[in-house]
Amino acid sequence: MTTTPGWSRRRLLQSALAVGGLGAAGALSGCGSPLAAGLAGTPLNPGTVTFWNLFGGGDGARLQTMLDVYVQEHGGSSSLQAATFAWGNPYYTKVSLATLGDKPPDVAVAHLTRSQNLANADLLTPITDEMLALVDLSPSDFTPKVWDGQKIDGTSYAIPLDTHPFVLFYNKDVCEQAGLLDGSGTLAPIQGVEQWEAALTAAQEVTGAFAVSSANVSENATPWRLFQTLYQQHAGATPFLGDGGTQLTVDEDAALDTLAYIRRMSEQGWLPRAIDYAGSQTQMFTGEAAFYLQGEWEITTAQGVEGLDFGMVPIPQLYDQPAAQGDSHTFVLPRMDRTPEQMQLAMGFVRSMLDQSLTWAKGGHIPAYIPTLESQEYLELTPQADYAQAAEYVVYDAPAWYSGSGSTFENTVGAQVGLVQQQRLTPEQAMAAIRQQLAVYLDTQSPV
Amino acid sequence: MTTQTLRPPAEATTTARRTSERRPDSRPAWLFLAPFGVFYLAFLIGPTVYMFVVSFFNTSIVQPGLGTFAGLGNYAEMLTRSDFWSAMWHTLQFTLYTVPPLVVLSFVFAVLANRVQRGQWFFRLAFFVPFVLPSASISLIWIFLFTPASGLWPQFQSLIGLEPDAVLADPSLAMVGIAVATIWWTIGFNFVLYLAGLQDIPRELYEAASVDGASPWHQIRYITVPLLGRTTTLVIILQIIASLKIFDQVYLMTAGGPGISTQVALGLITNTAFTDYRVGAASAASVLLFIVIVVIAVARQLLDRSDREA
Repeated sequence: MTTTPGWSRRRLLQSALAVGGLGAAGALSGCGSPLAAGLAGTPLNPGTVTFWNLFGGGDGARLQTMLDVYVQEHGGSSSLQAATFAWGNPYYTKVSLATLGDKPPDVAVAHLTRSQNLANADLLTPITDEMLALVDLSPSDFTPKVWDGQKIDGTSYAIPLDTHPFVLFYNKDVCEQAGLLDGSGTLAPIQGVEQWEAALTAAQEVTGAFAVSSANVSENATPWRLFQTLYQQHAGATPFLGDGGTQLTVDEDAALDTLAYIRRMSEQGWLPRAIDYAGSQTQMFTGEAAFYLQGEWEITTAQGVEGLDFGMVPIPQLYDQPAAQGDSHTFVLPRMDRTPEQMQLAMGFVRSMLDQSLTWAKGGHIPAYIPTLESQEYLELTPQADYAQAAEYVVYDAPAWYSGSGSTFENTVGAQVGLVQQQRLTPEQAMAAIRQQLAVYLDTQSPV
Repeated sequence: MTTQTLRPPAEATTTARRTSERRPDSRPAWLFLAPFGVFYLAFLIGPTVYMFVVSFFNTSIVQPGLGTFAGLGNYAEMLTRSDFWSAMWHTLQFTLYTVPPLVVLSFVFAVLANRVQRGQWFFRLAFFVPFVLPSASISLIWIFLFTPASGLWPQFQSLIGLEPDAVLADPSLAMVGIAVATIWWTIGFNFVLYLAGLQDIPRELYEAASVDGASPWHQIRYITVPLLGRTTTLVIILQIIASLKIFDQVYLMTAGGPGISTQVALGLITNTAFTDYRVGAASAASVLLFIVIVVIAVARQLLDRSDREA
């Protein structure tokens, strides 16, 4: 998963037009292609599952492996039509509009935080125990934190696949020279601001450049993740938004303290002032920084770097309690009339994906499916096992119709945090801007 | 040397237009126009009417119908939103940054290219090639160039001993970066318009002028510039409207960032309509932008007319 907008909305529209044109051609020539079926509104080949997702990065490659297995087991390429869209807001707009237009995919991926907004907009089919039982699943197969997290007023709308916390990647060569590794070659535990700064200072002496890298150029989600992680480590940190997004309930003191600390790391030269998403990875990969802060999904990218010896741990606890920003990927069934066969097919697809949770876990995400999470293979997977505990204290974004992964809320807050990291704003200025820009949303009645 | 400037035969074209409107056999013309007319109605007039209507309602994309009546609520919201005004200002800022260079530079390059005796095709091609690229490609190219630390521009700056800028990450520079990319991208279009205009100017005028002892600068000042007046009018109005419609480059290069420092009107409208689902509020913003564009276009037209009558 990356936040690079590889597909612009315009390009999506253009390809949609192109596809439409092809579909028309198909219908005219009388062939029963999926495109023609789409155009004429006729159902696809009854054995085909349509599946939409937003995995464009390292985890997209893992997903492809899993889809290939599904296709092999279910009678060839006609059994599945998978489409990957640009991450973030564009994807959810697409899912919403397709569902409203009565052409949704059978199964779609949604972040847990975003699935709630889709459900509130009445765009999702509730997930009942009977539906789970169709493919021998039950609520107890999922980690309680995630399963309970996706419920709205006791009703389930999403089938969790994973949890993905914001974690700390470290370059082992650099950390070894800086004396930060323990006897077994993993990062020695760091706790509290003092130890953290000692580690940063030692690392910076080795790299001669930076100590820790985190993206803030053309990137709003990462600054938000960094902020939320450190903010939630403060005792008594309240959710940023309250009452379904109509109140700003952020703990001002803790927020200002967090922003001041991000600015301090930048002023000390530990954290680069301005670095884009790809650049922030490269700094850790090339030893220009010892640490790199990002979601664990970048493991695949890091593994692809030849000669890089790296490890991953939860973000060190700098303040009063452990916390990490995160979200979960879930499967949702967009609202549509389904025959029992179609339901069986959709659930069968979900089950197949869950069964391959280990493949998914290799891409970094922490499985929500307990049989995999507790399996010996997963426990032996490194560095995945080193940060798996972070799933227990992941903090989801506060619920609001404009909140969730890649949402307007994250973009608004993250952008200001990014400017604090650039040392262009003081914490107070950033908070004032956040307050002002969110005011419109706080005061606006939810359109869903 | 004569001080009389030459004017294009404006009178002649208007009379020609008037007679053609009254032709009796216009029915086949309508038939030929019909296919386009249908699309024009369905995809331009229709949505425009819809825009005006829903701007008075709390319409949501995810709910059926128009929603509750909002009166002027959406307009009031937009006119009091600081981010709406900042988006309008950024749109204007982009227009101010791009229109003068795009008009002046394309004129200069066209005049220079027109004087090249051999290999003119190369210059024509060189200036026009960026224009055939899609906005996504030029955005990616310039994102690469501006990449902090490792991009070509910051490296060039370090090479000559300057502090490298993170252009697209700097709230005060990001719009300049987008404007530079846009100028490079679209200058070819105006360039071609000017070049075509230049090649329409009879060579005899220049010959006569040089016989009268006019320097090349005087020839440009008193022959080229006035005779290209109509082209300039066209280029300016097309350019202003194109610049006010700025969306692609901002969306692709900065997504309105850093913060909201490059967010433009169409970006705000798109976000309001398609990520916030609030079509009603977005339509109100669209109507406001529409009014601004119409006002500018009409003002330009009036200025031009009084100019010509003077």
